[in-house]
Amino acid sequence: MLQFLLRRALLAVLVCLTVLVVSFVLTRLSGDLAISIAGPNATAEDIATIRQNYGLDRPLVVQFLDWAAHAARGDLGSSYLYHAPVAGLIADRLPITLTLGLSGLAIALLVAIPLGILSAMHEGTVIDRGIGLVALIGQAMPSFWLGLVLIIVVGLKLQWLPISGVDTWEGYIMPAIVLAFSAIPALMRLTRAGMIDALASDYIRTARAKGLRTARIVLKHALRNAAMPVVSVAAVQLGFMLGGSIVIEAVFALHGVGYLAWESISKNDFPVVQAVVLFLAIVYIGLTLAADMMNAVLDPRLRSA
Amino acid sequence: MNAVLEVANLRVAFANGTQAVRGVSLKVERGETHCLVGESGCGKSVSSLAVMNLLARGATRSADVLRFHDTDLMKLSERHMAALRGDKLAMIFQEPMTSLNPAYTIGSQMAEALTRHRRVSRAKALDRAAELLGRVGITAPGMRLAQYPHQLSGGLRQRVMIAMALMCDPELLIADEPTTALDVTVQAQILRLLQSLQRELGLALLLITHDLGIVARMAQRVSVMYAGEVVESASAEALFAQPTHPYTRGLLACIPIPGASRRDEPLGSIPGVVPRIGPDFQGCGFRDRCAHAAPICAQVAPLQHAAPGHDYLCRLPPDWSAAEAA
Ligand SMILES: Nc1ncnc2c1ncn2[C@@H]1O[C@H](COP(=O)(O)OP(=O)(O)O)[C@@H](O)[C@H]1O
Ligand SMILES: [Mg+2]
Repeated sequence: MLQFLLRRALLAVLVCLTVLVVSFVLTRLSGDLAISIAGPNATAEDIATIRQNYGLDRPLVVQFLDWAAHAARGDLGSSYLYHAPVAGLIADRLPITLTLGLSGLAIALLVAIPLGILSAMHEGTVIDRGIGLVALIGQAMPSFWLGLVLIIVVGLKLQWLPISGVDTWEGYIMPAIVLAFSAIPALMRLTRAGMIDALASDYIRTARAKGLRTARIVLKHALRNAAMPVVSVAAVQLGFMLGGSIVIEAVFALHGVGYLAWESISKNDFPVVQAVVLFLAIVYIGLTLAADMMNAVLDPRLRSA
Repeated sequence: MNAVLEVANLRVAFANGTQAVRGVSLKVERGETHCLVGESGCGKSVSSLAVMNLLARGATRSADVLRFHDTDLMKLSERHMAALRGDKLAMIFQEPMTSLNPAYTIGSQMAEALTRHRRVSRAKALDRAAELLGRVGITAPGMRLAQYPHQLSGGLRQRVMIAMALMCDPELLIADEPTTALDVTVQAQILRLLQSLQRELGLALLLITHDLGIVARMAQRVSVMYAGEVVESASAEALFAQPTHPYTRGLLACIPIPGASRRDEPLGSIPGVVPRIGPDFQGCGFRDRCAHAAPICAQVAPLQHAAPGHDYLCRLPPDWSAAEAA
């Protein structure tokens, strides 16, 4: 078990390093950073000074190692744009993104798992097909579009919820729903498929032979075995939600990490881009390990392997 | 007094048209062992699952009579059936490797069989589980209770399934080839345990087996199944003394010689295989493999009485084999 986790952790670190190197190289290739930092009115002299001050004249490998060495000590550098430490910028925006991502995932699971169970229990019937259709429509709907529809109907017409910002917790409701929506179809299908397999298995027949009630059979005996792929995918989805909520943060004017990423990429704020990538890679590693550990809790066969 | 289990004209069809059970009738009395024999695929497991109402989705069952004591099981709601299952009516499945839930300990799975039906604490239920594990010959039951199914061999899992079925002292036990994964000593121990439960508690046992040695040792009555039908039904002595259906005679001809045989050898070295029976099938299911088949066998296989309580499904007269030998 420990060996299994160590192997997974090592793999995750490798993925993380690769992503960092690639993103580093890509930002450097996307244009001369010194020119964009200096702005349109800068002289050639200014640009040369900036290049030297920021160390942009050194070979790429040296620049990367320098950055990595600082990052390892917790120093992520300063934003060119905000002239403030990058770590602070991310930390400021993290609560918004975390709240949004976690509530989005919670909503997604609360909807997808019961629907998936219901679908599996009524496999092939009208109920199953109805739920499948809803999932299909949900999948086809782009999140920015759903976001705008919600803003127009719930926010502007009905005036039930605020349309932007998170001054109160109610501001999170609409963006969290939109975020959840994109995760629901996949989670629901996985739950359904896992539950159909589980419900047809011999151990469910044994549970029925013991006379157990349906709720106990479905929720205790079948769901536990169907849950593992759902846990793994939910972890990946949460990763997307934490890093990929750029569109939704933009639509609802939430200043989270996603918004920061978008801003820094469009303005070539290189230290911020690099730090956000690092942050996401760490989130990815953490979530993958968390999913593996949860699966080991769910399945004793993984624990003794 | 009524039989513990009475079945008349039980039929099961699957969605693909397979008629897996075609008019099975049998009775199991209190304290009695009724053996169901026949080669693989002839409908023994499906018949017993139909009695328990545990058939796979897409299977339909019907019966003229399906009664447990005075309770009509055909009319029983799933909720009331569930209240009987695992309590008065228990079943041991043929698939010991996959019949336990991989996610829960043996103890947890055994205990819930008791706590579902009786007002007992989990600790009491675990005590009962440990006691039964001991009775099916498992050493260190306390340790086994804390283990998961994947940590147990096939033979141990089969014994766990047997012990689990006995948690509530059932009145009827349907055991579908319960000792196939067990070695001879353990098998003998299990059979002794079942016999003592029959003496002490009047357990009625519907025992499905390939092993005619077990039939000879355990059965008071025997039903021989072929292609979804009971082709011969008799007391155990009558069946061994005067097997009448050609299929039964074929089975008995393959009885292994003690000592020189493999216990797990399947029944019926009769040439050919069990046919798949579709909705339009007519006549005798065994005719393609029968040395005595006649044109009439393609139309009907009449039910005949060889003696009181000894029925068979064949055109041949009761004394055909004696006549043939003469
Ligand atoms: N779920 C199912 N769907 C379709 N056919 C089935 C199913 N289960 C069993 N059968 C068929 O029913 C017949 C009887 O099977 P079974 O009762 O398992 O035989 P056995 O006497 O070996 O226990 C076989 O022909 C088998 O293929
Ligand atoms: Mg079988």
